Parts: sequence; structure tokens; C-alpha cells
Amino acid sequence: MFADPAVWLPFVFAALMGLSIVIYVVLDGFDLGVGVLFPFADDHEKDLMVASIGPFWDANETWLVLAIGLLLVAFPVAHGTILTALYLPVAIMLVGLILRGVAFEFRAKAPSRQKARWNWAFFAGSLMASLAQGFMLGLYVLGLGHSWAALGFGLLTAVFLTVGYSFIGAAWLILKAKDDLQVKAVAWARGGIWGLILGLAAVSAASPLVSARIWEKWFTLPAMAWLAPLPILSVLLVGLLWVVLRRLPMERDRLSWVPFVAATALFVLAFLGLAYSFYPYVVPEQLTIYQAASAPESLWIILIGTIIVLPMILGYTALSYVVFRGKASLLTYDLIVQSPAPGEAVETKLPR
Amino acid sequence: MDTLLLSRIQFGANISFHILFPTITIALGWVLLFFKLRFNATRDPKWMEAYGFWVKVFALSFALGVVSGITMSFQFGTNWPGFMETVGNVAGPLLAYEVLTAFFLEAAFLGIMLFGATRVPGWLHTLSTFLVAFGTTLSAFWILVLNSWMHTPQGYELRDGVVHATDWMQIIFNPSMPYRLAHMLVASGLTVAFLIAGLSAYRRLRGDRSASVAATLRFALGLAAVLIPVQIFLGDLHGLNTLKYQPAKVAAMEGNWETGGPRPLILFAWPDEDKRENLAEIGIPHGASLILTHSMDGSVPGLNDYVAADGTALHPPVAPVFYAFRIMIGVGVLMLLLSWTGVALMRRRRAGVDGLPNFFLRVTVAMTFVGWVATLAGWYTTEIGRQPWLVTGVLTTKEAVATVPAPMVLGTLLAYLAVYLALVLAYVGVLFYLACKSADGKPVILMPASSAAQVAVTAAE
Repeated sequence: MFADPAVWLPFVFAALMGLSIVIYVVLDGFDLGVGVLFPFADDHEKDLMVASIGPFWDANETWLVLAIGLLLVAFPVAHGTILTALYLPVAIMLVGLILRGVAFEFRAKAPSRQKARWNWAFFAGSLMASLAQGFMLGLYVLGLGHSWAALGFGLLTAVFLTVGYSFIGAAWLILKAKDDLQVKAVAWARGGIWGLILGLAAVSAASPLVSARIWEKWFTLPAMAWLAPLPILSVLLVGLLWVVLRRLPMERDRLSWVPFVAATALFVLAFLGLAYSFYPYVVPEQLTIYQAASAPESLWIILIGTIIVLPMILGYTALSYVVFRGKASLLTYDLIVQSPAPGEAVETKLPR
Repeated sequence: MDTLLLSRIQFGANISFHILFPTITIALGWVLLFFKLRFNATRDPKWMEAYGFWVKVFALSFALGVVSGITMSFQFGTNWPGFMETVGNVAGPLLAYEVLTAFFLEAAFLGIMLFGATRVPGWLHTLSTFLVAFGTTLSAFWILVLNSWMHTPQGYELRDGVVHATDWMQIIFNPSMPYRLAHMLVASGLTVAFLIAGLSAYRRLRGDRSASVAATLRFALGLAAVLIPVQIFLGDLHGLNTLKYQPAKVAAMEGNWETGGPRPLILFAWPDEDKRENLAEIGIPHGASLILTHSMDGSVPGLNDYVAADGTALHPPVAPVFYAFRIMIGVGVLMLLLSWTGVALMRRRRAGVDGLPNFFLRVTVAMTFVGWVATLAGWYTTEIGRQPWLVTGVLTTKEAVATVPAPMVLGTLLAYLAVYLALVLAYVGVLFYLACKSADGKPVILMPASSAAQVAVTAAE
């Protein structure tokens, strides 16, 4: 099988696309989630929340461009089919992403009397993008049809994914914030965990029910035994979150990383389950990755570039997270804020 | 209106909105690097102040460019599925290389460039500025390779109606790519030069006598004065290239109906596609022949050569191309007049920016966004000039459009238009607001930690 590039190249590209999607869902998931939580915060907290995602959001969204780019370049036929079927939710998501992306900048630079308006745009944009993505997930799971049942299910997953994003957003804030905002974030996380649980349950229940093929893939031995760790791990992680969230915040900020890491693991597990269900289809029940793939010579030239560039991308993404590690402080261009040397916590504001 | 026309308007609106911002960020990245390097070399805080102000403009422009770019990557699929299905084997890898080599580079280092000045050593901040500038230029390279290939496709073969790549060097270095890329990069430089000149002039008019504003105004007028003749030269080369590979476009640009020579350079006319002639034509005799063939009586291609037997036009719609081209040239002439006048005024009695009278400053403010007008007019000339083809000789625009119902496209089009209009207004408003705020004595300083901050302190005291 692996001697023939026409066989393994589509698989490699499907895997790369899957990797981009899962990285996107986790990374932009947390910053969309922070936007969804905006109305619950006061003005100072809003600034801190934006500061916690300011240096990252742009790179986070680039994973969406990469995912859609890989779909476009590796599976051009599927790209057209999926995106025309999802025309309206895609448009809503795009308008949402536009609004929130620019609100980041405008809220900090526009006259202060307009700040409330851009805060609202930031929230509305985040909400639109989250809801639209959840809706698309639901439609995709049900096979991209437009029946009333599919629309209803889409609305349900829209709400669940949005609450799920707000959960991982709160988990990010638990990690990056301190004092009052951190306490608030813990409360938000307790309130948002159900979205994650119900979302996981709904998608897990619906996908085998819709498709006999998926049912068979899950509920026949020995596959069932191999797959058992997925649901078991998920339940354990939810239990862990439940316990930890009741105790946070703790002395000396212990375990503040646990909710974010556990939430990330849950998103990854859920994605693995979905990927397993739908393989080898890229358009559910209609088009496999092998039927939709581009010409091998074009895939080769992208693969070579990817192999060289992807480690570099991961490297400087990591660098950026290292530079902006630790608790978030306000981002501002107007002041000189000298970063305190190790051991001293001085903040110097220099006047003109 | 039908889906095709609505989809074209939607993509046109989207790409027009998008190009406004990369046009600024491509050159502004390098200008910021220049400011930073000047600061590193001279330790003069005016350069860091300039950096601090313009990095904000960069951040805002960049965000607008990113979000409008994401929209486009989706619209290929939602509105133009035939494009990727037919030429995906060529367009795909080029777009993938843009994302992989440019987008992530820009995005990751932008954070450090904007907010990392106090967190990383000075050299890493300078390096981040360089990498962001490099990333935006690389991104322009890949997308212009693809765009040029759509105009002058090479290095491919058709199998069962689908394009397959045969020679990547021919695809990348296709005949119009070097000219288009150079023309666009210089256009970006000019747009930024006039943006900086305009906002700096605005600050001076508001009474801001800081060394930083004087430095950016002098720099921007000088940059414009150097770039504009280069651009005229490159534009001429690009036109000759188009004459060779896309004569129908040149015929529309010149408003020339019958092939032959000598042909006048038409300054104004009303091209009438029904009568197939120009009304109210004013021209300079032999002008078009001279410019296009560099000889007085050279032959200029005519639109009537591109009509099918049944009478349907195989050439682009004439009036939009004809007028867009003239707007671009007209703006170019204005740019030349303003920048050379400015440099002459500054050189007279070595007066520098103090030699610029208020009237000149007001005109400069009025021309702040003139680069946008020229860039859009230029893009309309070349893109409408490619019609009816989407990829010359391979795929028509009509063949590529999706079968989405027209009312749905209309709905999203109106939504996008409303958002774009609001954002352009907000953008222009915020730029002048920032200029006001800085002019009224709220310094915008962004300092790297360590020695640089010390310099600023001493200078400020």
C-alpha cells in the first residue's frame, strides 16, 4: 500500500489537515471563548482578557487558513462541495471573524467613547464565529444535508460548541490571570463544563445513529476494544476537571494549568473519535479522500515544503508562547513598561 | 441580477477591501525596520517615537488585512468552486506555500514586534521587525505568482479538462510575474510614502513641531520622489509585457477599436461598445504608438480583432478598463508633482520641512490615501482587463462560478459591503484620531528594555 504515492499521499494530507483543524480548535477555541465571556467581565478585566490573547490570536487563526488551505489544495473537489453546502454559516463565521479581529485593534486605538462599541463587536464577532462553527460541525456530522432535523441538530451543536469554547477560554484565563479575574474564570469554567459534556455526548450519539457504516466501525469487536480508551479517558478527564475546578484557585497558583491541559486533551480525544468515524470520507458518505485528492505531483511539491517548514512554524510558535509566558499584563504601546528583572517586581512608567 | 454577476461583485468588493491593507503593510514593515535601524545606529529617540506611532498603524492595518484575507480563502470554495477544480494543481501549491512560508512567520513574530519590546532583547525585537516585513513581502510574492500565472499561464498541460503542472520554474517565473511583482511592491512603497507624508503633514498643521514628525515627513516625501519615476519606468515595462501576452487588454486600455498605426494617446473619450467607437475623443496624435512600440507609426492592437463570429465580445468590457487605467495614470502624475515639489521646497535654502508652506501641507493631507486610489485603479485595469477569462485561455469566469442561489449571494454581499464600508471609515477615522492624539502632546513611545530606555529617559529630561 505504501509503495504507491497515490495511496499514501492523500492519507498524509488528510492527517495534516486533521492536525491543523485540531490545533485550530484548541487555539482559536480558547481565544474565541474569551470573547464569548466578554459580557461577564468589567472594563479592567476586559483589557486583561484581551491582553492574555493579544499576542497569539493572529497566529491561532492562521491554523484555520492552513486547514482550509490544505482542504483546498489537497482535496479541491471536496473543498467546493463542502463550502457551497455550508454557504451561509461560512459567511456568518467570516463576518464574525472580521468583527472580532479588527475589534482587537480598534478597541485599543479608537477614541475611548467608542470603546464600548468595539467591545460589543468583539463579543458579537466571537459569538457569531463560535456558533457558526458549531452549526457547521452539526451539519457535517449529519452528512451536510439541509433537512429540518439536520438544522435542529446544527443549532444544538452550535450552542454546545460555543459553551465548550467558553469553557476552554475560561481555562486559559485560569492559567493566565490572577486574583479576581482568576476567581471569576474558575466560576465561568464551572458554568461552562456542561457545554463540553453535552457536546461530546451529542456528537458521539448522533454520528453512529446517522450512519450504519459508522455504527459498524464503533460497535463491532475487536474495534470496540481498541476504541474503549477514547470514551474512558474522556470520562476520567471530565471527572478530573470536576474535582480540580472545585478547589481552584489554590495556594501559590498550583494546578492552574490543569483545566487548560485537560480541556485540550478532551478536544483532541473528541477529534480523534470524529476522525476515526469519518475516515476515509472527506465529504461524509459521498467522497473519500482518495477520490477527492489532487494530482500526486502537486501533492508532492506541497509535502516537501511542509516537511521543511512545519517544524520551523512549530518552533517560532513555541517561541512566541515562551516570550509571552506567565501571567498576562496589560498590553500598551503608550507607556514604557520595563519588564522586571528576575526577583524584583518593579514596573516603571516613564513620563515624557 | 444573476449569481455570476453577484459573485463577481462580491469577490471584487472583497479583494478591493483586502488589498487596501496589504498595500500598506508590505512597505510599512520595511519602513518600520528602517526606523528601528536608524534608532539602533543613532540612538536618536525621534526614530523610536516614529516607530511607536507607525507600529500602531501597522498593527491595525495588519489585522484588517488578515481578516479580509481569511474571507477570500473561503470564497474560493463558496463562490468559485470551478477555479480550484480546474487549476487546483497549480493554484493549490502556490497558496499552500504562501500560508506555510509567509502567514505563520508574520503572525508569530508580529506578537513580539508589537508587544514584545519590553520582553525580549533589542536584537530579537529588530529581528522580529525584519521577519514580519520579510513575511509580508514573501506573501506578496506567492500571491502575485499565482495572479500572474492566471494572466499568463505557462508550464502546465490539460488532461481531461484539468490543469496539471509540468514545470514549476515556468509556472513561478511566468512571463508577467517579474513586472507585476515589481509594479505592486513599488505601488505599496508609494502608498505608504503618501500615507506617512499625509499624516505627518496633518500633525504639523496641528502644531506638532517634534523632531520625529519632521523626520517622517522628510523621509516620506523623499521616498515618494525616488519611487515615482521608478514606478513610471516599471509601469511602461509592464505595459509592453501586456501588449505581448494580452493584447486585448491593451486595446481596451487604449480604447483602440481597429488594429493599425499610428494611433493617438487618448486623454479622454467615451468608449461605446454598441457602436464600437469612441465618442468625444481627445487625444495626442501618435501618442499610443510611441508609448507602446517606441516608434511614431507603430501598430496598436484593436478590439475588433477579438469578436467571435456570432458577435459576442471576446475582449474585456472596454469602459471600466479604459477609465481605471486613466485614473491610475492621473494619480501617478499628481504623485510626481507633489513629491518633487516637496523635495524642491525642502532643498531651497536648505530649509528642510520648515520650507514647506501650509498650503503644501494641506494638499499633502488631502493626498494621504491617494495610493489606495492608484492601487485599486491599477488592479481594476489588469483584472477586468483579463475578462472574460479567469485563467487566460484555460478557464472563463463563467465556468468557475458556484450554483449558489442568487438571493443568498445577494444577502451575503450586502452584509459584507456594510461591514467593509463601516471598517474603512473606522480605519481612516482612527488613523487621524491617532495623529491628533500624538500631535496634542501625548507621546507614543515604544521602547525596548535595557539601554534604549535609558536613552529615552535622558532625552526626555
